[in-house]
Amino acid sequence: MARSPRKASAKSANAPKPIKRSPGRPAKNAVPDVPDQDELHRLYEQMLLIRRFEEKAGQLYGMGQIGGFCHLYIGQEAVVVGMQSMARPDDTVVTSYRDHGHMLACGMEARGVMAELTGREGGYSKGKGGSMHMFSREKNFFGGHGIVGAQVPIGLGLGFAHRYRGSDAVSMTYFGDGAINQGQVYESFNMAALWQLPVIFVIENNQYGMGTSVNRAAAGRALADRGKAYGIPGMQVDGMDVLAVRAAAAEAIAHCRAGKGPYILEMQTYRYRGHSMSDPAKYRTREEVDTMRKQHDPLDQLKEIMVDQGVSDEAFREIDSKVKAVVSDAADFALSSPEPDPSELWTDIIIENSSHTPTEKGAA
Amino acid sequence: MTHAVTMPALSPTMTEGKLSRWLVKQGDEVRSGDVIAEIETDKAVMEVEALEDGSMSAIHVAEGTEGVKVGTTIAEISNGDSDASTPAPVAPASAPAPTPTPAPQPVATPAPVVQAEASVPAAGVINLTMREALRDAMAEEMRRDDRVFVMGEEVAEYQGAYKVTQGLLDEFGHRRVIDTPITEMGFAGLGVGAAFADLRPVVEFMTFNFAMQAIDQIINSAAKTLYMSGGQMGCPIVFRGPNGAAARVAAQHSQCLASWFAHCPGLKVVSPWSAADAKGLLKSAIRDPNPVIFLENEILYGQSFDLPDDDDHTVPIGKANIVRPGKDVTITAFSIMVGKALEAAEELAAAGIDAEVIDLRTLRPLDTETIIASVRKTSRMVSCEEGFPFAGIGAELIALINEQAFDYLDAPVARVTGKDVPMPYAANLEELALPQAADIVAAVKATTWREGS
Repeated sequence: MARSPRKASAKSANAPKPIKRSPGRPAKNAVPDVPDQDELHRLYEQMLLIRRFEEKAGQLYGMGQIGGFCHLYIGQEAVVVGMQSMARPDDTVVTSYRDHGHMLACGMEARGVMAELTGREGGYSKGKGGSMHMFSREKNFFGGHGIVGAQVPIGLGLGFAHRYRGSDAVSMTYFGDGAINQGQVYESFNMAALWQLPVIFVIENNQYGMGTSVNRAAAGRALADRGKAYGIPGMQVDGMDVLAVRAAAAEAIAHCRAGKGPYILEMQTYRYRGHSMSDPAKYRTREEVDTMRKQHDPLDQLKEIMVDQGVSDEAFREIDSKVKAVVSDAADFALSSPEPDPSELWTDIIIENSSHTPTEKGAA
Repeated sequence: MTHAVTMPALSPTMTEGKLSRWLVKQGDEVRSGDVIAEIETDKAVMEVEALEDGSMSAIHVAEGTEGVKVGTTIAEISNGDSDASTPAPVAPASAPAPTPTPAPQPVATPAPVVQAEASVPAAGVINLTMREALRDAMAEEMRRDDRVFVMGEEVAEYQGAYKVTQGLLDEFGHRRVIDTPITEMGFAGLGVGAAFADLRPVVEFMTFNFAMQAIDQIINSAAKTLYMSGGQMGCPIVFRGPNGAAARVAAQHSQCLASWFAHCPGLKVVSPWSAADAKGLLKSAIRDPNPVIFLENEILYGQSFDLPDDDDHTVPIGKANIVRPGKDVTITAFSIMVGKALEAAEELAAAGIDAEVIDLRTLRPLDTETIIASVRKTSRMVSCEEGFPFAGIGAELIALINEQAFDYLDAPVARVTGKDVPMPYAANLEELALPQAADIVAAVKATTWREGS
């Protein structure tokens, strides 16, 4: 795809390597403006925060402090950080169960997220949701959904609500290449296009739906083209390059805010770890993973640009230690926060109707 | 020869209709396929075509006549065909009501005007059909709260597959009355997302059979998110539509799904019988901050009931109603089975058995207090439902009685349910599959040792 003239571009222009599918329409515009230094710092810091947070989560899982399913986002950081860097606070976000990065990118506290992973009272869901089910009304983060593809109609509904209220806010609806074959995704494409709803369908194509390569699961050409029949514009984006993601986000957001209906972005990305903690990832070669890590790592790519711009080692060390402090504080909090009180078993099932006390007029 | 033109059955639940207009007059020549009349059913105005060439030799029913029974001869067409006199049926000119196919059918219950609540205030009582009461509930809540919108298949321009949303589009427009494609999982999920964003969706399933397409969104997304979010994310949504057996539409379109939904924490499940309760409960459901499954009944849509003339008439969710007090046996029922239970109670009264009939109205949360108090008084109980017996509502009630009123029982609790078979199409088999008032009478007699002892 077309890119800004900078050192990293030559290498990542071919990225990501494992894709053998015939290409869809490449991002046509996508001449990303290189943002100012402050913004580059923020992008780098956020991606690093997600990376370190997920590494710590992996560690805690290994120590038995996190249970159940735990799906790490390592490798995909540029997608959500790039997208959310272009969003407004009133734009809504919904995603799948690989959601820790999205929460951090939405500005949710690392402490609350980590404490939810450890199943503690201080977690965003008081320990009752776990890794896959966290929400923040305040940050307009609507989960965290455990059923593959089910968040897509929900994202459609969030877009519907924006329009219903006359707002130009946008619904950022994230899902993976695994979800792309669920029927409800196409039900959502259809209604989004039919009613021109402001929904950005962000397909995080990390090449594998659990252990199945997208090439063994998805017929046809690029996933970005899956909305063609509905007239939804789609774009393939180098999801390992945060600046390319930003450029694509800018275009899609402008399209939605202008009332032109939905937009599909296929982010070509890669997860370094297995599908979940218990996945040995035998379905791909070590070389493939190594190639992605060495040649397309989103942090390395951005760092290269920043170094070119003269950002000092000292500055990177500062970011490192700041992020480390946040993650280590989050882990401490997550391990020291108490387990939820047993009484919590019985709360939050139904909202008790305090504000509404209907009286049965005239009835016995 | 002369062919009789008879009043056609134009929907599965139609027993009579209004002959609204003749498009031909006596003596006119007609050809097969010509539209000759318009007939108003309880759902729509339908055109009727001639199925014979000939002349309109007689018109027996004047236009504007209401309550013309299906099968009545309304006109005659004469021609020079064979001299055998055969009736010439007519066919509807366009497809009938969207779900079921037209077929003559025995309607399960007559449509009596029922006094729903013993103590409806004397001042301001109106008589409405169930469908009108439901429509009024939605319209009133939409006037009250801009966040309320109605969405589903054929709810807007078509005015509702069963005409429950009739008139809403005219008053509230396309922003708030939204026709969806046939895409249940998609629009159920859309509704859930909109509810998360604090709108108040009323999602109509044309029938609850089709909600099976959307059950993941109902259970996994709507019912569980409050808990999974530690109380942050409510889902104030109503899923409503007809549930249970219609008439002659067979297994995929005739089933009671009450126990499926009642099984799940996080949902409220409501299934009213009278129009007064339906209106009051639907209004409560729309105001409720939780996901509510609102199970209506197609056969009840056309029945008329008295209800308070009050646009703030609400009925609390979670409260049963004793529709007939009695001392010998407790009969519990919900939805259409309440009518059958009352019918049975009348028959039992003649036999000297004084039955108390409880309309459960809400299945989750269940009003255990009212049920237990009644059983402690009568010491006998018969549970009625249209659904399958296995793991049904009756099974739950028996467990409840076991836990809370075992020592008060003088007889085992009996169940009257639909048979444990997919609903058959044939009229006789369908009747056998559905629980009838006579089954309730028999169960009560067994429970009160009046039969076979």
